[in-house]
Amino acid sequence: MSLKSSRIPNYQRRKATDAIMRGLVLLATACAIVPLVLIIGYVVVIGGGALSWEFFTDVYQPPMTATTMDMIGAAPGGDVPFDPNDPFAHLNPGALTGADPVDEKGADILEAPARGGVFHAIVGTLLVTSLAVLIAMPIGILAGVFLSEFPGNSVATVVRFACDVLSGAPSIVVGVVAYILIVNARNPDTGQPYGFSGIAGAIALTFLMVPTITRTTEEVLKLVPEATREAALAMGATTWYSTFTVVIPTALSGIVTGIMLAFARGAGETAPLIMTVLGSNVLVTSLLQPIAALPLVTYRYTESPFPSENTLAWGSAFVLMMLVLAVNILVRIATRNRLRLQ
Amino acid sequence: MTIAPIPTQATIEIRNLKPYYGKRLAVRPVNMTIEPNKITAIIGPSGCGKSTVLRCLNRMHETILGARAEGQVLLNDENIYAPDVDPMLVRRKIGMVFQQPIALRTRSIFENIAIGLRLAGINNKHVLAERVEASLRAAVLWDEVKDKLNQAGTALSGGQQQRLSIARTIAVAPEVILFDEPCSALDPISTLKIEELLLELRKQYTIVIVTHNMQQAARISDNTAVFMVDTDDGVPTGVLVEYNQTAKIFTQPDDPRTEDYVSGRVG
Repeated sequence: MSLKSSRIPNYQRRKATDAIMRGLVLLATACAIVPLVLIIGYVVVIGGGALSWEFFTDVYQPPMTATTMDMIGAAPGGDVPFDPNDPFAHLNPGALTGADPVDEKGADILEAPARGGVFHAIVGTLLVTSLAVLIAMPIGILAGVFLSEFPGNSVATVVRFACDVLSGAPSIVVGVVAYILIVNARNPDTGQPYGFSGIAGAIALTFLMVPTITRTTEEVLKLVPEATREAALAMGATTWYSTFTVVIPTALSGIVTGIMLAFARGAGETAPLIMTVLGSNVLVTSLLQPIAALPLVTYRYTESPFPSENTLAWGSAFVLMMLVLAVNILVRIATRNRLRLQ
Repeated sequence: MTIAPIPTQATIEIRNLKPYYGKRLAVRPVNMTIEPNKITAIIGPSGCGKSTVLRCLNRMHETILGARAEGQVLLNDENIYAPDVDPMLVRRKIGMVFQQPIALRTRSIFENIAIGLRLAGINNKHVLAERVEASLRAAVLWDEVKDKLNQAGTALSGGQQQRLSIARTIAVAPEVILFDEPCSALDPISTLKIEELLLELRKQYTIVIVTHNMQQAARISDNTAVFMVDTDDGVPTGVLVEYNQTAKIFTQPDDPRTEDYVSGRVG
């Protein structure tokens, strides 16, 4: 057996095959990364450009350069005093319809600079998604504990299967179900449907979050060594005590990761929100009314003919991404293990 | 601060104990009496059911899915398998230390011990501190960790973690301590420390130790039980072949299988 490569049969062919396969693997990896880089890069470049202080603090403003005062001023006999109780009394209809080109500013709508912001959507997304996480967290974690700590019964098998199916269900289906069950349900007192509301959206998102939290919790709890449970049981702990004081703290970072995944998914979902919270252009803080949300702003204004509204859509996409990232980092800092290995 | 040594004098009498995994009988009926304040060693080749029998003594066996046991185990004449007995209370009386040292992650050295005390309903800070110190002293770990009680338990070495596990077991004041191959993951020096500790603990507790190290059994135990693997209808089943004083087991055993095993001819 010689160590010289020239003596090995087919040496060149083997080397070439190795190089080709390695190249293919790298190529496939690059192809997989391209869309991700494109999406993030596009959102950061275009959406990031839309950002300004006003973008975070202001709510939606319609795209036009004319202000209310302009229109009032353009009304015939412009020196009529302004009546605060009837803002439309002295409005020049021509300024709005553009039928009568008395106001040149009305024609500039397509070139109107971006104005307004998405404060109402940030508030709406945080409210709806937080409520959804608050509902989904106890259900998901407890169901995950059930699957992991009480395995091997038929109920667990059914629950696990249902979770897998539900986590793959199209979100529009979940939206339709929530629409039928909540939005369209009739209030027994008034006979009227409950209508679109933030709560309906939160419940729809809960449907999507629970399977993610349940399965992640189950998987990370299974990673906790059996010996850890036995140590707790051997001290005379009940299964409940061992699970909640020993097993869950050990797996906490993994469980938090599951919740973060669920939060990220919920914050980015659009389809269920269209059918449940509807959206809003003003700041709403009541979860009983239609409320704004970042993905809804993105969805609604991406196809708008007005460039200023398109900018709003890109900006809200960027804010949504940053929001998920920021919450992720904050929660990680809050739950990291404070015991250092010294 | 030390624990006032009150010998507990706990005797365990095993009567017709039959551990099962599902429908399979793991060990043929076991009958033996474990004497108080002595170290009883259980030795035998792999798969002979020595750990299974040990785990039956504090009802840890049944925590494995599908596992159960029939027969009686009497702790001071009280059957721990009686229908109205709570396994949790049994495990506080009969503690257990495992093969892998277990320092609970996410908990400091102090909390690793205190968790058992809190479990027993002790929440007073001073009492906790006293009992934790006493337990760590009893496990001969106090001098090594007294300055770093707030550090992670996992920062300790393997041998220290095993003594931490023992301290945690001692903290809930058991009468009997079961050891399941406590030294097989440790180096010789840590093993020596654990063995010295066991001889010290014997004065106060009844100790049962499973070991696959025959020299260890010969060094520290007073009585030794030898288990072997036999075959029932093609299924390997454990069987207790001999239980006697350690000196007799290692010098003039009654059963030829014991002689073959302790002299290294089989197993």
